[in-house]
Amino acid sequence: MATVSFSVNGEVRALKLDTRTTLLDALREHLHLTGTKKGCDHGQCGACTVIVGGQRINSCLTLAVMHEGETVTTIEGLGTPEQMHPMQTAFVKHDGFQCGYCTPGQICSAVAVLDEIKAGIPSHVTGDLNAVPHLTNAELRERMSGNICRCGAYSNIAEAITEIAGRPA
Amino acid sequence: MKPFTYEKANSPAAAASAAAGRSNAKFIAGGTNLLDLMKLEIETPSHLIDVNGLGFDKIEPTSDGGLRIGALVRNTALAADARIRRDYGLLSRALLAGASGQLRNKATTAGNLLQRTRCPYFYDTNQPCNKRNPGSGCAAIGGVTRQHAVIGASDACIATHPSDMAIAMRALDATVQTARPDGSIRDIPIADLHRLPGDTPHLETTLTPGELITSVTLPKLVGGTHIYRKVRDRASYAFALVSVGAIIQRDGTGRVAVGGIAHKPWRVEAAEAEMPHGAKAVAARLLEGASPTKENAFKLSLVERTLGAVLTEAKG
Ligand SMILES: Cc1cc2nc3c(=O)[nH]c(=O)nc-3n(C[C@H](O)[C@H](O)[C@H](O)COP(=O)(O)OP(=O)(O)OC[C@H]3O[C@@H](n4cnc5c(N)ncnc54)[C@H](O)[C@@H]3O)c2cc1C
Ligand code: SF4
Ligand code: FES
Ligand code: FES
Repeated sequence: MATVSFSVNGEVRALKLDTRTTLLDALREHLHLTGTKKGCDHGQCGACTVIVGGQRINSCLTLAVMHEGETVTTIEGLGTPEQMHPMQTAFVKHDGFQCGYCTPGQICSAVAVLDEIKAGIPSHVTGDLNAVPHLTNAELRERMSGNICRCGAYSNIAEAITEIAGRPA
Repeated sequence: MKPFTYEKANSPAAAASAAAGRSNAKFIAGGTNLLDLMKLEIETPSHLIDVNGLGFDKIEPTSDGGLRIGALVRNTALAADARIRRDYGLLSRALLAGASGQLRNKATTAGNLLQRTRCPYFYDTNQPCNKRNPGSGCAAIGGVTRQHAVIGASDACIATHPSDMAIAMRALDATVQTARPDGSIRDIPIADLHRLPGDTPHLETTLTPGELITSVTLPKLVGGTHIYRKVRDRASYAFALVSVGAIIQRDGTGRVAVGGIAHKPWRVEAAEAEMPHGAKAVAARLLEGASPTKENAFKLSLVERTLGAVLTEAKG
């Protein structure tokens, strides 16, 4: 057993857990924040995406004990049903989901993608590595490729993100 | 997952000696490969040494005009660094062609180099695999081999190395620095880090027990046009079938390293002499002695064509 404490959605949480506990299982099983989903548990689907220290990561491929003192934001921390994050509102408006299982991961990823573009981080499809990247549809799709949607809601997801990014689809 | 104890290392020497002092300890950095394999009990360390607190997260100029990349610099940070984008574009491109945004945010320079094969039989613990279980045989030989090696393989193992970044590092002639349990440090040219499978496919690198990678150094500017072309089954978030990393100078000379075809990044310096003569000539030398299977023989022509596309692109 081990102990760890980190901030989740603005609240410091101290946990006693088996060293084998992933951040994903700590969030879901210990803190009962079940918004974050377990799809593959192997880094292949993005359903478990959360934002740690401002960066999106797959919470299934990291151990809870490795996050001492860090700041974790989950879908529950982005917004609530009463006060939704603009990205959540846009997903609802554009029907950016069907079953909804991949959606928390998609939304956390999308919020972080917009920050990554703002920070000037290039992608595989960025034409000029030395220029500032723009949010084109090709950029968006490449950057969101780590989030698989089994229902195939991709085009609506892209429209939702594009609206928030402030450009027409 | 098997149970394990966990410690955070506070110095490279302490990390190296903690690892050497136990028979079954492993370093953990981003964790994106190690934890995947631990869940499947392909990796079963009884002790994890977390190296994330060691620093090693900077990219600094070296005295001879190169760059030293800390072992823990994340793949995203490395690909986005302005100096890397400007002067070592091949490295940025190779990194950005790999994995996903989430994974690159965690994956580290050292962890990426040391990631293990994606051979499906290595992942299937019901199958014999000399890499996972030395002496048990190789289920890939005679099995489904579309993804496997076409050159440098052995009767014991035909797996490939899956890293995109390593292809760029090989073409750039990077050097890996390590810290050893006895306190010594050493430099390993990237060409000598990964091994061919031979009779011991479970030994993948020349690192010794407890040896910790501390940084990777890029030599001074190489100029030229930098191109990384990755061919895969889908346009993103997939491993390479074949990839070509090239640096091409205006006079047509240059360097080329190829991924997806061997147990290590594949570069044959002699083949580079053929670069001004075109892709066919280079590929012929590069792939001399290849022994593909029926299912992956397509990789030979794919290397030639991909290289052809790269050479054309370089001409602008
Ligand atoms: C779904 C998926 C898709 C992927 N697609 C691609 C792809 O297309 N291209 C690609 O190149 N990669 C791909 N990857 C692999 C990814 O790049 C690697 O998992 C990552 O680079 C490993 O880095 P890490 O820091 O997380 O390593 P870890 O998992 O922490 O460690 C890997 C190994 O390195 C050792 N290690 C770590 N740091 C050190 C050190 N400093 N010194 C000595 N040993 C050390 C560990 O003990 C372990 O054995 C993919 C991964 C996933 C899960
Ligand atoms: S090719 Fe190598 S990794 Fe794959 S099953 Fe054979 S021995 Fe194992
Ligand atoms: S559950 Fe983590 S990526 Fe699928
Ligand atoms: S909405 Fe069902 S998986 Fe994406």
